[in-house]
Amino acid sequence: MTVRKNQAALTADEKRRFINALLELKRSGRYDTFVTTHNAFIMSDTDNGDRVGHRSPSFLPWHRRFLIEFEQALQSVDATVALPYWDWTADRTSRSSLWAPDFLGGTGRARDGQVLDGAFARSGNRWTITVRVDGRDYLRRDLGAGGRQLPTRAEVDSVLAMETYDTAPWNSSSDGFRNHLEGWRGVNLHNRVHVWVGGQMGTGVSPNDPVFWMHHAFIDKLWADWQARHPRSPYLPAAGTANVVDLRDTMRPWNDVTPADMLDHTPHYTFDTAA
Amino acid sequence: MSNITRRRALGVAAGAAGAAAGIALAGSAVADAPRPAVPAAGPTSFDEVYQGRRIKGGPAHGGHHGGHHGGGYSVTIDGEELHVMQNADGTWISVINHYEPVATPKALARAAVRELQGAPLVPLTLS
Ligand SMILES: [Cu+2]
Ligand SMILES: [Cu+2]
Repeated sequence: MTVRKNQAALTADEKRRFINALLELKRSGRYDTFVTTHNAFIMSDTDNGDRVGHRSPSFLPWHRRFLIEFEQALQSVDATVALPYWDWTADRTSRSSLWAPDFLGGTGRARDGQVLDGAFARSGNRWTITVRVDGRDYLRRDLGAGGRQLPTRAEVDSVLAMETYDTAPWNSSSDGFRNHLEGWRGVNLHNRVHVWVGGQMGTGVSPNDPVFWMHHAFIDKLWADWQARHPRSPYLPAAGTANVVDLRDTMRPWNDVTPADMLDHTPHYTFDTAA
Repeated sequence: MSNITRRRALGVAAGAAGAAAGIALAGSAVADAPRPAVPAAGPTSFDEVYQGRRIKGGPAHGGHHGGHHGGGYSVTIDGEELHVMQNADGTWISVINHYEPVATPKALARAAVRELQGAPLVPLTLS
């Protein structure tokens, strides 16, 4: 049974196994197919057109399915590995153990943003950025650039308090839980974390940074937390919405999974804490 | 207004030197006209050198990369297309700054130049 743990609680051995599985997926070329898929959705999801992965109600079930697929790939390398989540309301500085050399490595140097330590630094030659939007092939970060702050627990709680899952027009201008969690509106949770990390995490090819998965595993947990708080609030919209994935519509690129199939995470994994 | 004047000057200078004189001049003409904050016809064109990079924006015309969602608006940095997208509230994002909307395509192009730190944009090939 897959148990997703807070990254701060991982043992040294769990960190090592997670890193090794990431490096093996990268070596075999499978890792980059996830980056490519994500960027294709980032570039094609639009507010007034077809939208599946982002800026739409299916942001949450789409990423849940995407992470399950990625986690299964990791487990095909090492069956003991589960995706950790990064609670950025708690581990909110660049001094967190998350960014230590034995885990993800730290921020980038000022000159070019290049990450210099950890398993994903260029010097290790095992993490070349091949799916990229500019000429730079090394992992970059700029943690907390310009004094930016990660969201606080109080800000998270204010979003979890929202009763309605999503609202018309079902895009980046919507009110409701989904868009506030995604961050196009209001206190801004998910988007702000991408920006706080900087480097590739701020771009369409954000899964190039392994922290992508731990950020999204926490966003996914917040969805589960929200469901536990609002058991009578359904996924919306229910049916008949143009350009948008309704409850029982299938989602690209899999075409065999619907938001309804993704509402309950427990057949796939549980969390180390009760939701 | 000094900003527009400077942009116009740069646009004319660049246009005289390059092949895009028509676009640059058209952009300047639009910029001189009174307009609402978010004109129905889309944002104005621009053409300037910012931190040593040539950034241009204007109506898209048969872009060779295709698939962009700037509502018919295209942005280039040193001639390479920057994938841009307009949000429902009128703000803009690009593939370089995807999670942090800015007010105008020019601000977006400038943000991308700062983020690139001199690196070239590469055309993305989606498999
Ligand atoms: Cu995404
Ligand atoms: Cu994200």
